[in-house]
Amino acid sequence: MPRKKAKAQSKSKHAAKPRNLLLVATRKGAWLFRGDGARREWRADGPHFLGHVIHHLMLDPRDRKTLLAAASTGHLGPTIFRSTDFGRSWSEAERPPAFPKVAAPDKGRTVKHTFWLTPAHAEEPDVWYAGTSPQGLFRSQDGGRSWAPFSIINDDPRYRAWMGSEQDGTPDGPKLHSILVDPRDPAHLYFAMSSGGVHESRDHGKSWTPLVEGLEVVAGFDAANLTFHDPHCVRLCPSNPDRLYQQNHCGIYRLDRPSKVWQRIGKAMPAAVGDIGFPMVVHPRNDKVAWVLPMDGGTVWPRTSVKRRPCVYGTGNGGKTWKRLDSGFPKDQAWWTVKRQAMSADRADPVGLYFGTTSGELWGSASEGRQWRPIASHLPEIYAVEAAEMG
Amino acid sequence: MKVLIASPLRSYTNAAEVEADGSTLGEIFADLDRRFAGIRFRMVDEQGQIRRHMRVFVNTKQIWDLGHKLAPDDELCIVQALSGG
Repeated sequence: MPRKKAKAQSKSKHAAKPRNLLLVATRKGAWLFRGDGARREWRADGPHFLGHVIHHLMLDPRDRKTLLAAASTGHLGPTIFRSTDFGRSWSEAERPPAFPKVAAPDKGRTVKHTFWLTPAHAEEPDVWYAGTSPQGLFRSQDGGRSWAPFSIINDDPRYRAWMGSEQDGTPDGPKLHSILVDPRDPAHLYFAMSSGGVHESRDHGKSWTPLVEGLEVVAGFDAANLTFHDPHCVRLCPSNPDRLYQQNHCGIYRLDRPSKVWQRIGKAMPAAVGDIGFPMVVHPRNDKVAWVLPMDGGTVWPRTSVKRRPCVYGTGNGGKTWKRLDSGFPKDQAWWTVKRQAMSADRADPVGLYFGTTSGELWGSASEGRQWRPIASHLPEIYAVEAAEMG
Repeated sequence: MKVLIASPLRSYTNAAEVEADGSTLGEIFADLDRRFAGIRFRMVDEQGQIRRHMRVFVNTKQIWDLGHKLAPDDELCIVQALSGG
């Protein structure tokens, strides 16, 4: 796709209404689903970038019109596309995230794909953060048109050691993700790495401090070595930025600042279900409410639903207890996997929950998980789902 | 110099065959990027290496080195090593 403005592949001519929007990134392109006011009917607009791997599609909540898509293909290098008209036209980043060139004989790193996109603080319009595979942290100050390495972590020897080699990461490569911005303070940032742990900065990324105390690692490995820490998804509560929830390779956790010690709240999950999974979703207005989507993390890590029965679990008390929310889901022989960015909440009341499966099904609940309905089937493998509101 | 463009890159060029100037492969890629902004990074990574699934042939001979010298009447063919099932 050239940088100059180009006609999107979609012919959709939807107007600005209705305003509910689901941004669905898949292994074969991106879709925008526009919902009615009741969030019952959703109209598909797509594919955009058919054949491209779209790792994340994000709408800027500050202007409610700038869309960024992290894209690659199986053969071409990674890039980022930008739209300000909800995908009717896209332009390509002039300088996508890339590591600095290293002089021979040293071997520098190359960005395989941008994995995670986070709009910065409301006081920093046009600033975005990006996390890549292999682990890298990048920043744009011009609304995603150009990107530069951000902070010391990309080249710091200590951080590079914690990142491990590219062989140490997830099957699709090690990733930097869960870039979080404190809504009270643009200088207060978090990010997570798989592998490499959770990290915090209070000085706008000039320095970072690991934040892994209380987190468990796979039995037999040393929890003091950050290389063995594998946070899957970390979320900050908008209603209480001092509270974070985390779905980790080794359980579900909560952290209440200023404490630095994560509490394993997943121990309250039913033992037969366990507390392994990838997504973590928090309520927009109630820091006691959060949701997870458990998966089978036993034996060889099948990454399927637990005992072939998909379920969401929700807590209304900060993780003291959990309730199974599976009304509407298949009751047998359903082997879903949901990736870490593929579950999201809207800001409505009651909150709408949405997720996409690796088998291409998009599900939604307009009742905070009490009842689920399929929104779309037969999409490509879903990598990310974001609920958003159009401007 | 005549440059044949692989189909996944034609969204940049809108043509299967384009012209580019340069005396080395690296200069050709730089000129292509001037004409078709963004195309170079899809083919060459930030460390100056031709990406894993890209293949470049000069007069049917495969080359990897961006410093490879080219003559004005050479023909450059950029293709992709498509794979997978």
